[in-house]
Amino acid sequence: MSLQATTKANKVDRLAELTAQSETSAGVSLWREAYRRLKRSKMAIIGLVIIALFVLVAVVGPWVAPHSPSAQLWRGEVFPNKGLFVGPRAGNWFGLDNLGRDEFSRVIVGARQTLLVGVISMLIGLVIGAAVGALSGAAATLGGKVGQRVDTVIMRFTDIMLALPSLLLAVSIAAVMGQSLTTVMVAVGVVQIPTFARLLRGSMLAQGGSDYVLAAKALGVRKRRIALTQIMPNSLSPVIVQATLSLATAIIEAAALSYLGLGNPDPSVPEWGVMLAQAQRFFDNAPMMSVYPAVGIIITALGFTLLGEAMREALDPKLRG
Amino acid sequence: MLRLVVRRLLQLIPTLLGLSILLFIWLNRLPGGPASAILGERATAADVARINRALGLDQPIYVQYGRFIKRLLELDLGTSVQTGQPVWDEFVLRFPATVELSVAAMIIAILVGIPLGYLAARRRGGWLDVASVSGSLIGICVPVFFLALLLKGIFAVNLGMFPSYGRLSTGLDATHVTGFAVLDGLLTGELDASGDALMHLVLPAVTLSSIPLAIIVRMTRASVLEVVGEDYIRTAESKGLEQKTVRGRHILRNALLPVVTAIGLLTGGLLSGAVLTESVFAFGGIGSFIRTAIDARDYPVLVGFILFIAMVYVLINLLVDLAYSVIDPRVRVH
Amino acid sequence: MPLLSVDELTVTFGGQGRKSNAVNGVSFDVDQGQVIGLVGESGCGKSVTSLALMGLLPRKGVEVGGRADFDGVNLLTMSQNEIRDMRGSQLAMIFQDPLSSLNPVIPIGIQVTEILQRHRGLKGEPARKEAAALLEKVGIPDPTRRLKEYPHQMSGGMRQRALIAMAVACAPRLLIADEPTTALDVTIQAQILELLKELVDQEGTALLMITHDLGVVAGLCDQVNVLYAGKVVESAGRRELFKHPTHPYTHGLLGSIPRLDAPRGEALSPIRGSINDRIAWADGCAFAPRCDRYELDCLSGPPGLSHPRAADHQVRCLHPVPQSTQPTEEVPA
Repeated sequence: MSLQATTKANKVDRLAELTAQSETSAGVSLWREAYRRLKRSKMAIIGLVIIALFVLVAVVGPWVAPHSPSAQLWRGEVFPNKGLFVGPRAGNWFGLDNLGRDEFSRVIVGARQTLLVGVISMLIGLVIGAAVGALSGAAATLGGKVGQRVDTVIMRFTDIMLALPSLLLAVSIAAVMGQSLTTVMVAVGVVQIPTFARLLRGSMLAQGGSDYVLAAKALGVRKRRIALTQIMPNSLSPVIVQATLSLATAIIEAAALSYLGLGNPDPSVPEWGVMLAQAQRFFDNAPMMSVYPAVGIIITALGFTLLGEAMREALDPKLRG
Repeated sequence: MLRLVVRRLLQLIPTLLGLSILLFIWLNRLPGGPASAILGERATAADVARINRALGLDQPIYVQYGRFIKRLLELDLGTSVQTGQPVWDEFVLRFPATVELSVAAMIIAILVGIPLGYLAARRRGGWLDVASVSGSLIGICVPVFFLALLLKGIFAVNLGMFPSYGRLSTGLDATHVTGFAVLDGLLTGELDASGDALMHLVLPAVTLSSIPLAIIVRMTRASVLEVVGEDYIRTAESKGLEQKTVRGRHILRNALLPVVTAIGLLTGGLLSGAVLTESVFAFGGIGSFIRTAIDARDYPVLVGFILFIAMVYVLINLLVDLAYSVIDPRVRVH
Repeated sequence: MPLLSVDELTVTFGGQGRKSNAVNGVSFDVDQGQVIGLVGESGCGKSVTSLALMGLLPRKGVEVGGRADFDGVNLLTMSQNEIRDMRGSQLAMIFQDPLSSLNPVIPIGIQVTEILQRHRGLKGEPARKEAAALLEKVGIPDPTRRLKEYPHQMSGGMRQRALIAMAVACAPRLLIADEPTTALDVTIQAQILELLKELVDQEGTALLMITHDLGVVAGLCDQVNVLYAGKVVESAGRRELFKHPTHPYTHGLLGSIPRLDAPRGEALSPIRGSINDRIAWADGCAFAPRCDRYELDCLSGPPGLSHPRAADHQVRCLHPVPQSTQPTEEVPA
């Protein structure tokens, strides 16, 4: 090997080495970047831990609960009308409820129903809301004159729904459907429909005006294909964020409906909202009976809120850099 | 300006029309229909038929809807099953209490929320920021009626600092002028009545303010953070303006634009919260009334309330739009 | 003594662990009434330099080093309040995007009068009169009406004129213009440059022109500093620089401009790569990865300044472009 060639190789190697050392941050995809920032977010980690614990309790609750949640095992020890309650003690860590049932077991077992109410309500809102929003958004971006009409009608309708306080809307639905767990889930879910619909539509409209959609149109890509392959995937991230946040709202709203007497009348299946609604009557004498399910609701809702907010921040392109 | 008002009012018509159709359908879907709503669940078939005829329910559906609308336009919302009084009168009687409570809650939320959000943003990452962000996240997650119970249990029952229910102490002979208890006391010079009403207002108003407060803090903070990074703030700084000018005229003024909109949107939620809060504190406003109406299946009251709320909500949003066009010159043009 | 003397200015972003140097020791002087160009690609640290001089960099997470003596006083060690008093009165700045640089919800008039009130104590009617006179001076027709308008009601060129009016409102001694024409239409660009030139000539204000556009430099600047990766790599008078670009980077910049008088069919000679392909100055010449004249010794630490042609023509390069291969076109006067 000639000397010249060696120097040349040296030159290039040395340069490559030094260039590699200097930091460059180009070419990271939105999702990868969002994931990287999510991992660094304390909010997201705390939220995830709470959610994981909650789901774990919800799944294994009935097996690990020390007592039956519905059996009134210590009926004779509690006299609500005399203001006599039993607080925490060995064997009943959270004390007894007003019917002499083990409060700790009820809280543990109640997680499952609470999760169920949250998830199903959210799904009702998400599925119907996303369908409505997607229709409206697609109509507005791609449908011409008729499409815009369709869009206007749909949006007026969501306006009407938004004009009602969510609780009242839920109460009206409950009034038609009667008192049951299904009622609560449907009522809470329906209330969320306009939120999801407007969100997806808004973000689709924003995407629809973007340069890459214009480019796709210019290339002669068919409208339906643009909607499915370009607009939808890019509009989804705010919807995912909202779905997470909605889980929190759903759990809280379900509790409020229970408080208004519209919750699950079946006493054998504990649910935090119903437990709280029933316990509040004894708040002055036995406040802890309300506090246990309430803290369960607050912490769980907080978990979903933290994760949702952290995701929103991670996905916000304005905050990147 | 006038044109904007008229246009917005015209836009209300389809919304309210749609709402009335929904309500009409809803009324007809109620278990047993209006007849059993009036007669109760033990009504005989013959009774139901008689009532149906009397209410015109044997007529075609569009005729029924026409009547429904006609009655609404005459402000005839029907008669409350609970009290036997016209629903409209019941609302008028109770409305001031709810307005007083909501306004007080909103004042707390705005007066605390905006400065807190601003300071949190300006000291990003500091203890105040961390505290107000975590506080507002938790605030959103606490069910309103539980917060009401908790505050009542601690500050009214245990510490005795505030009364635990009602709007005025029993035995206090206060003159009613406007129906707003605090204001009445001031107008008639009965300052003790005003003070008493104010004490009764504190806990419910603080409870009701929790969610709007949390939202206003977070919105203000986010908005200030965004505005601080804007080029025009750099321009203002480059002119060497005093800090208070940069803060007030340039940062706050711009940062509050989205917050104003949010405040309008919060009123719907505020009325939901009022139902829960009033019922815990037996506040005697529309909220308490609705709470008992739900238990009593008092449908005329519920229908009336929904229409009423929709009107209030829409009007408040109209006001927000108008306010917005005053404070944001960019909106004025189109 | 020069009006402004910048000596080894450094700006470092980020705290522990992830530090990045935006400015790596920049030195240059600005004399009274002189127009100085600071030229380079985006990301070379030219805007950060101007913000550092104005004291507009955030205090947290930014370290500023070196000196910047303005009238003998170091701007970089001034307190918040001291630099606040200087800004707008002694030093003023014009930014790149006139739309986003104006407050959208406040009438132009107030945005002009507020600086008059701050530094010249003018209020009310006298302030409005003075503001109208300023708008007139920067070529805004019907100034009294314009004072009541909002930024979105004006055209891009008018907005930039309004910003210039604010900058010159208190007759500053140094005007910093950061890409003042980049966001404007070409025809407007020329008008704005013309206006700046007039104002500077009239008032004897010194102008620090920050730009990536060599055309702007050629039309305006007395002295030019070429910046690369946060360091001045070449500094010379305008004529000298355009006639004899000696640093390979400057040479490359001039070679990337399409010219009407170039022989037909002759290819442009762009600089390859981007400003991200660089090495730390501590290891050697940051331009080495993109340089045609790169040799191994370019990597033996930071290259110093030399003046291979004339004493006032400084070059930071171990292998400057030999004179014979240099473009020798006429420089625009």
